Amino acid sequence: MTSATAHRPTRRHRTGIRRGQATAGWLFSAPAFLLLLVFLVIPILMALWVSVSDWGGRGSPFSSGVQFVGGKNYAAITSGGGLAEQDFGTALRNNLWYVLLVVPIQTALALLLAVLVNNRVLKGRGFFRTAFYFPSVTSSVAITVLWYFLFNPAGAVNKLLSLIGVTGPNWPADATGVLHNLLALVGVRNGPAVLTDHTFVGISWWEWLAGPSVGMLILISMAVFTTSGTFMLLFIAALQNLSEEVQEAAMVDGASAWQRFRMVTLPQLRTTLFTVLTLGLIGTWQVFDQVFTGSQGDPGKTTITPAYLSYVAGFQNQAWGQAAAIAFILFAIIVVLTLLQRFVLRDRDVSKRRMRRAGFTDAGDGSFRTALVASAADTDISGGRR
Amino acid sequence: MQRRIPRLAAGLVAAAGVLALTACGSGFSGSSGSSSSGAAGGLTSSKSALTVLIGSSGDAETAAVKSAVADWSGTSGTKASVQAATNLTQQLSQGFAAKKPADVFYLGADTFASYAKQGNLLAYGDQLKNKSDFYPSLVKNFTYDGKFTCAPKDFSTLQLEINTDLWKAAGLTDQDVPTTWDQLATVAKKLTKGKVTGLVTSNEYQRLGAFMVQAGGNLTNDDNTKATVDSAANKQALTYVQSGLKDGWWKFTKDVGAGWGGEAFGKGVAAMTIEGNWISGAMQSDFPKIKYQVAPLPAGPAGKGTLQFTNCWGIAADSPNQAAALKLVEKLTSSDDQLAFAKAFGVMPSIRSAAGDWKQQYPQFAAFLDAADYAKGVPTAVGANDVVTDMNSKLASLKSADIASILSTEQKNLSAVVTG
Repeated sequence: MTSATAHRPTRRHRTGIRRGQATAGWLFSAPAFLLLLVFLVIPILMALWVSVSDWGGRGSPFSSGVQFVGGKNYAAITSGGGLAEQDFGTALRNNLWYVLLVVPIQTALALLLAVLVNNRVLKGRGFFRTAFYFPSVTSSVAITVLWYFLFNPAGAVNKLLSLIGVTGPNWPADATGVLHNLLALVGVRNGPAVLTDHTFVGISWWEWLAGPSVGMLILISMAVFTTSGTFMLLFIAALQNLSEEVQEAAMVDGASAWQRFRMVTLPQLRTTLFTVLTLGLIGTWQVFDQVFTGSQGDPGKTTITPAYLSYVAGFQNQAWGQAAAIAFILFAIIVVLTLLQRFVLRDRDVSKRRMRRAGFTDAGDGSFRTALVASAADTDISGGRR
Repeated sequence: MQRRIPRLAAGLVAAAGVLALTACGSGFSGSSGSSSSGAAGGLTSSKSALTVLIGSSGDAETAAVKSAVADWSGTSGTKASVQAATNLTQQLSQGFAAKKPADVFYLGADTFASYAKQGNLLAYGDQLKNKSDFYPSLVKNFTYDGKFTCAPKDFSTLQLEINTDLWKAAGLTDQDVPTTWDQLATVAKKLTKGKVTGLVTSNEYQRLGAFMVQAGGNLTNDDNTKATVDSAANKQALTYVQSGLKDGWWKFTKDVGAGWGGEAFGKGVAAMTIEGNWISGAMQSDFPKIKYQVAPLPAGPAGKGTLQFTNCWGIAADSPNQAAALKLVEKLTSSDDQLAFAKAFGVMPSIRSAAGDWKQQYPQFAAFLDAADYAKGVPTAVGANDVVTDMNSKLASLKSADIASILSTEQKNLSAVVTG
């Protein structure tokens, strides 16, 4: 180590074949670096400046007339009790429920589909893979239009529901929250005062607990439909990388199919799971095109999202500072949630208690056997005694 | 020789980078000082060609505007090109931010104030030769900070459309065309049968507001200087609408699965609807078999009333050739051009001198133009758009809503943005 440091040539003394390597390295990465700088770093810094300035959309944000206003734009959307705050709170609420439903469902569905089409017994796997992946490559605008046709009050979904005797709701116009509706079924129509009297970002806690609106369910089902295929592909790739030996070893140990999936396959998919959850989280927090082309915030503002609100604030209301502020708060939310998720999914040793709960028995020598093997062994022993 | 290549390349890349940065630099260095040129009648003038950016309803409109602008180019000698925007507000904003806006463009009454506030617009109204010919209520719509900013392009008003076949089938005659709220309720009840609802409108203020005007209210006073949302008149109007929804002779478009009143009307699930003169084009192209007539909306407790919607021809404060742009706008708002536009895509002229000819050509739609005398505008203050959107979201559930609480919430919201 010492000798290596001692011999490490400094820039000036570099000679021979390695001469100019650093320059060449910089040179080769320069185009990508420049592109990132011009189209990513500089715009982000500009937006950051806009979010703390009073720029009104005329000329450059760096021209002399634009003033620094500190946190005024951030304050307008997070406090003050005005319409801007209410809208932002509503958008956060809507998007939170959207994320809470879409991310787990699409991940689970993607994994299920991947396991199904990865099954070698299945005939026509290629067909199913393509079929499941197809929605991902279709334009989201086209799917949005189609989806609103299906969920029209006289559309296919309600027709199907009527076949089983259910009168479907007026999907695109129903602004009532799903959780509120469920609570109403058990007779709770108005929230307790402790929830209705206290607000967070402009809307009451009772409103936060409304759940996604019936109209929002259209967008949720659509997101699940379109993105499951994409993530299925990631899972398939990961599944094909798993070694057969581990599976076979588990079979020899007598693990059931579910145990093999839960205790052998799933832990090996952790990195892919992290990727899928992260991509899902980022994608769902940024949902924009379906809202822009489909609902425009209807019914009753229950489908406005921060990304859509940011667009409206900027391009329609010329409130560029607020628009940028919304974008940066959204950015912060995504970063924090991704870090949190990384923490939850970090690599760690499984405790003995958890192993036991999952059906493994402690063999006493530091290794574990599945419960099945253990009981089979017991039978054998008792049989031998007989 | 070989060893020199990286250095040479590095030099080239560095030079290219510097060039790229200076190219960006031209965008950053723009100062806001040049805006003063628009003040005090001193219009900018140059030989540069004009760009006209329009939010077109279709090929007919684009072609009509193109031909009118080409005519002007021919006589004035100034080159001008027309661009149909795919998303007008977005493209306008991009132009303003880049300091290279279109010279002349369409501008909605609901968004004009926010552009005017940022100093993007040339306030040229008082320099128009035909200034006194515009309807005063339209001029009021496009007055910002006491200055008549841009020339009204055309306008539309709401009236009552009646499906004549359903009308006759219900045993109604011309004598029964409603002139009061009570009569409207009576005929609508008679027309409600099976799949047909007497009256179907969208749930927006942009339709229901007509009833507020008939009751003597509106969201703001006529000068757009004071929020008047929680007035007794507005409450009376919404209570009337609510009673209709409860009785079932009035339904919102969303509840019958239609996107707007014209769609419900064309599909025959609505015997009557409330829309503007734009409905004529839609009926012609989408539902040519439906026979209908246009009647004035019934009078309310405070007499006749309806809402009007309008656009103007904006001229950019940063346009290098404002003098020519002003001349172009004068031509585009002339009687001849406006009547040509009316013929091409069914709008109503914004000037009084063209009214007679228009009514002669379209007697069946006279009710729309007659409303110019009593129609009221929608709030134009910066931020009022958001308040109306919020109100619309609440009006969607008007049937079971607490009217007083909607009005008081929006009074609070609108007061925050409307400051005299």
